[in-house]
Amino acid sequence: MSFHFRPQGRSSGFIHPLSSEITPRAVYEGRRDLLKLMAGGAAGAALASFAGREAFAQATGPHKLALLPGAKSVVPGAQTMEKLTDYKDATSYNNFYEFGTDKGDPVKNAGTLKTRPWTVEVEGLVKKPGKYGIEDLLKLSAQEERIYRLRCVEGWSMVIPWVGYSLAELIKKVEPQGNAKYVEFVTLADPKTMPFVGSRVLDWPYTEGLRMDEAMHPLTLLAFGMYGEVLPNQNGAPVRLVVPWKYGFKSAKSIVKIRFVEKEPGTAWNKAAAQEYGFYSNVNPNVDHPRWSQATERRIGDGGGLFAKRNKTLMFNGYEAQVGQLYAGMDLKKNY
Amino acid sequence: MNKLLMHPAAKPVIFLLCLLPFARLTYGAFTDGLGANPAEFLIRATGDWTLRFICIVLAVTPLRVMAKANALARFRRMLGLFAYFYVVLHLLCYSWFDMGFEWADIAKDIAKRPFILVGFSAFLLLTPLAATSFNRAIKAMGAKRWQMLHKLVYFIAGLGLLHFFWMRAGKNNFAEVFVYAAIIALLLGWRVWNYASKRKPKLSAGMRGGSSSEKSLRSSTG
Repeated sequence: MSFHFRPQGRSSGFIHPLSSEITPRAVYEGRRDLLKLMAGGAAGAALASFAGREAFAQATGPHKLALLPGAKSVVPGAQTMEKLTDYKDATSYNNFYEFGTDKGDPVKNAGTLKTRPWTVEVEGLVKKPGKYGIEDLLKLSAQEERIYRLRCVEGWSMVIPWVGYSLAELIKKVEPQGNAKYVEFVTLADPKTMPFVGSRVLDWPYTEGLRMDEAMHPLTLLAFGMYGEVLPNQNGAPVRLVVPWKYGFKSAKSIVKIRFVEKEPGTAWNKAAAQEYGFYSNVNPNVDHPRWSQATERRIGDGGGLFAKRNKTLMFNGYEAQVGQLYAGMDLKKNY
Repeated sequence: MNKLLMHPAAKPVIFLLCLLPFARLTYGAFTDGLGANPAEFLIRATGDWTLRFICIVLAVTPLRVMAKANALARFRRMLGLFAYFYVVLHLLCYSWFDMGFEWADIAKDIAKRPFILVGFSAFLLLTPLAATSFNRAIKAMGAKRWQMLHKLVYFIAGLGLLHFFWMRAGKNNFAEVFVYAAIIALLLGWRVWNYASKRKPKLSAGMRGGSSSEKSLRSSTG
């Protein structure tokens, strides 16, 4: 892959960089924040855990965005061994309806998204509500690299090395009240920078939700990066959720609000078509979508190309050992 | 206009134009040019082209009458057969890339999922139309019965639209479906309007003139 050959021109000082290669100021500052963070101070504890782990993981993007390395995660299930999806595929084949309904649209249109400054508001049934700047969130816990399968409800999947930390870290910091049973995620809906927010495809802003125990599960990731870099806009920059045992649409992108509530919150896709997209949306080969089977999936870019066989879909997307007990006794056909 | 359409090169040129989407898809498939999910791209593109060719073939007669370009009739059969060509590719891509030619799974899929069933029915219904597209079939069946059979195309177009609508329903994304629906409704509307006005005695002479010249064209080009 070409991106392994990093051009030397930039550091030698003789070749002027293309203007497109000059790091935007905000990203540059974000990187400095990260360096400061790694130099110690506020994150001493995080550093200690970094040091105790293996070397930084190897997954790298083309280094066009600010670097965001993560130490190999030790959370059980956080390191699938499958071949990684190419960075190019993972960043050019996206569902992000705020930027268009075609999977090629987000990469074309998401350049307008402004990810700095960015704040995430924590509100609702929580002891420490407030607004968190993205820089503070980045520092809140040590960044880990986790290689997850991402399974889309449409029947395709990717293997992506995310960078972030368990959402539980944030939840513990803000101290939810006893009656908080669910967490609702509200994502950005800015008609100025998101061309499809005016469309009627969904009820904007895009909202999603998890039950508290799902949100607290160590696999539930608050992600800031992928392939060793910050998230590209089309993948939900600057901060998104990744819930690996659920269909991709449960993983809200470009989050601006996290709300702790008592009642099951409405979710964007459930509001749009309740009979097709339930609140839980766990990956389940035995419960078909009304219009297509979920028994198999196509792994994007798995080398076999056009003629590759489809893979069998795994219960809970292969994370049954880790999350199966969350749904013990539940009828997953009803609670789809 | 008619002169240009009657040019000996017109048919081969249009034939090659109709093959262009196929050529582009084939080229893309072999050069990694169909995006991250080439199988999905092929299935969708061949479906799109089927609908487009159905719209094109349905537009032939209205255009012929409105633009007085009777020579357009020479191309109708070829355009119809291209619609069938693309629907066969569409079915082939689905059977191959989605179902891995597992016939039992395909049969189950068709029975279980109304959206597939409707699409498959549209394909089945289109088959006798394609199979009777040669001149001897017209003679053997008699022009009237042949025409009756080929009027099925409006019903088939409706099934194709429903198939497409259902496919997009999951994503609440109907913009394209509505474009095709509007085109087909307009073309069907024109037929109805034309039929109604044909029944008025004043217009009937002109219309009959048009259809007889179509017949003569058809026989002249064989």
